[in-house]
Amino acid sequence: MFPSQFEYLAPTTLEEALSLLAEHAEDAKVLAGGQSLIPLMKLRFAAPAMIIDINGVPGLSHLQEDRRGRGYLRVGALVRNAALERSELLKSRYPTMAAAAPLISDPLVRNQGTLVGSLVHADPQGDWGSVLLALEGEVVAKSTSGERRIPATSFFDGPFTTVLRSDELAVEARVPAPGPRSFGTYLKLERKVGDFATVGVAVSVSTERGVVTRAGIGLTGVGPANIKAVDAEQALVGHRLTGKAIQQAAHLAAAASEPRSDVRGSADYKREVVRVYVARGLHQAFDAKAA
Amino acid sequence: MHRSITVTVNGQSRTAEVEPRMLLVYFLREVLDLRGVHVGCDTTSCGVCAVLLDGVPVKSCTMFAVQADGRSLTTVEGLASNGQKHAVQEGFKEEHGLQCGFCTPAMMLVASALLEENANPSESEIRWAISGNLCRCTGYQNIVKAVQHAAATLNPQPASGRTT
Repeated sequence: MFPSQFEYLAPTTLEEALSLLAEHAEDAKVLAGGQSLIPLMKLRFAAPAMIIDINGVPGLSHLQEDRRGRGYLRVGALVRNAALERSELLKSRYPTMAAAAPLISDPLVRNQGTLVGSLVHADPQGDWGSVLLALEGEVVAKSTSGERRIPATSFFDGPFTTVLRSDELAVEARVPAPGPRSFGTYLKLERKVGDFATVGVAVSVSTERGVVTRAGIGLTGVGPANIKAVDAEQALVGHRLTGKAIQQAAHLAAAASEPRSDVRGSADYKREVVRVYVARGLHQAFDAKAA
Repeated sequence: MHRSITVTVNGQSRTAEVEPRMLLVYFLREVLDLRGVHVGCDTTSCGVCAVLLDGVPVKSCTMFAVQADGRSLTTVEGLASNGQKHAVQEGFKEEHGLQCGFCTPAMMLVASALLEENANPSESEIRWAISGNLCRCTGYQNIVKAVQHAAATLNPQPASGRTT
């Protein structure tokens, strides 16, 4: 299989990339890891007239924490999933992300694919979208007319659709630093390594004196976009992580899911997996807090 | 529309004019005649097209040849050196690490990259490394043994047992 013809441009500065995007916005697609875009082009679901390869653009490979204010993690647009999987910073500070990274596709795809690219691709079965929703991250978008920060909660606009303008380049994802008593994980049911999620659940909880101060729950593969289970999150805040509170949140998350029956399972089955995984993730949070 | 690229392939610099839409796997197979790079599913699932890009395993069916401009590639044809089989190749021979052989070039490249990074991998680390590569003969048991054989050859007296 080979894609339709396209013009290939490989800018070597961010300014050049942004002006190319401004000039060719409607016809161009940005190539970073290419692990979603290239398969789509081969199937001719996508046939851009121009590819803007940003792999030669400096300043997009940073994976670091900014400690100013409450602090946040910065993930540049060219940070590969393999780097996230190996990151000690993620393992020590961002457990939901550290749990998700090794579950993205397979090792070879992780060597190329990027977190920011996955967000922009906005596949409802993409794992990073749910993680960013649970952690209330944001996407930094740049264009020739400036920069804006788009919260994950308003970034996704439907299947394979985001609010990113066609002249904008997503240069970075940001995730707020967790509080001192925070825990999180990502649980994914997949038929085999490399398959899309049958169901994925991102969980993140912060507590103070045993009471939940912030809860984040993101759902993968059970709706037309990644879902933030807001009712379930709110049901936890202000409460202790008791078995009863966990069961209630798990039920609310399952109710927020909108799965469809397909080759990976029936809608009822997937909804039940959401319930079980949310409960399991929160119980792990409880155990980690107790430890 | 054609673009000139220069790629170091198995230690040799190769320059060619390619269409941007040419996938790396077809550049290697049809332009450079390196037929050890296989085309399997052609949909980023099976991993038989794996090559090493600057030492890192990638799926060559999911990358354009123009993206490899200025980079270094290793295919199975580049594993042996000076007429000597790579330890991984020896391991696959000794442990019957192949049946039909179709996935073998990619398996060996992925294994060689693993051993570059981790001289004494555990069984689960080996299984992790090859988890993006399908063997439709399901000969995984002997593939794991082959990689262990190679690790033992390259690193005959491993330091204290490494666990995952």
